Amino acid sequence: MSEQEFLEYVQSGGQVETTNWMPDDYRAKLIKFIEMHGNSELMGVLPEREWILRAPTLQRKLALTAKVQDEVGHSQLIYRVVEDLGKPREQCLDDLISGKAKFHNVFHYPTKTWGDVGVIAWLVDAAAIISQKALLKCSYAPYARIMKKICWEESFHILHGRDVVLTLMNGTDEQRELVQEALDRWWGPLMQFHGNPIPKNDDPMYAWRIKSQGNEEARQQFLDGYVPQIWELGLSVPDPKLCKSDDGVWEYTEPDWDELKMVVTGHGPKSQDRLDLRRKAREHSAWVRDVVLARAA
Amino acid sequence: MIYEVFRQERKGQPFHHAGSLEAADHTFAETYAKEFYGRRGESEALWVVPREAIIEVEDFADELNRNYHRVDGYSLKAKLKEARERAGRALVARNR
Repeated sequence: MSEQEFLEYVQSGGQVETTNWMPDDYRAKLIKFIEMHGNSELMGVLPEREWILRAPTLQRKLALTAKVQDEVGHSQLIYRVVEDLGKPREQCLDDLISGKAKFHNVFHYPTKTWGDVGVIAWLVDAAAIISQKALLKCSYAPYARIMKKICWEESFHILHGRDVVLTLMNGTDEQRELVQEALDRWWGPLMQFHGNPIPKNDDPMYAWRIKSQGNEEARQQFLDGYVPQIWELGLSVPDPKLCKSDDGVWEYTEPDWDELKMVVTGHGPKSQDRLDLRRKAREHSAWVRDVVLARAA
Repeated sequence: MIYEVFRQERKGQPFHHAGSLEAADHTFAETYAKEFYGRRGESEALWVVPREAIIEVEDFADELNRNYHRVDGYSLKAKLKEARERAGRALVARNR
């Protein structure tokens, strides 16, 4: 198959398996994209992990622990897919810690209050699930298949987040303040999350049908689904320009793309702290890996 | 070692491929599989198989287009029409 034939194949809905021939560029882009997803799941547990010991009730503690457990499980499934494409997981972890590989912007920010925990589980997970649902149609079948499992598990995360927010909103003025203040801080990163609005047809990820929707499409879907949910609770979004025009398109203040670039290249407020934690955890648990692998040999 | 995991959603249903995992040995593979695919009681049962035990078959030759043993090898529409018309004419003839 030539590269042109492969392109036509995936663009007409063709599915690719691990053992099929694929163009080098397709494989490289796939690895980079999927690796970033794996990194994000692994790093994504750190903001929430900080609250497991500080959760207000036992049920919340259990739910947070379960969510963290799910995310780590997702990262393992995802790194497995990357390995089958040719990049070993040890190399992925090396690149993550060295800063060579990236993870999503939202995981570079601190969680200041319990309000953050609710907002993250509700809105950040919602933004993520929109992208993940689009990946169910990924041309690379092994990835599309694990996305099914991931999407199914993420659905409890959003409910948990919304439950935390609703509990706070039905509480005291101080609790409602907590949510609003968290939302005010998280709105910027949320708007940046889906990436800058490259038109679908200029996006090579779309051409290869690795992504099946454009960045702006995802953002619009997020706004459509979640702004009404935010407003109906009496919360405000810190963007005076945010409104839905007559033709159904959401208008908003242009997100800070410079901030996004700075953050994902490791200069976010918590980037280095969290990578440091990752590095230490890996060093401290090295003896476990050594023992297990020696025993199996 | 890479293991492939197949899971059964409900009793009586077929086992479907769910994904793969890496484990040092069978004991770890079983433990990880239970964690990944059964933590929430979402699976009735699992088959955990070393990848190297799987024989993949992809080439199916059909040079003679042997559709005589498939449903698409039988198009009865025209013959049925002819037979019904013949029977109809015979009935009319008998009733004269």
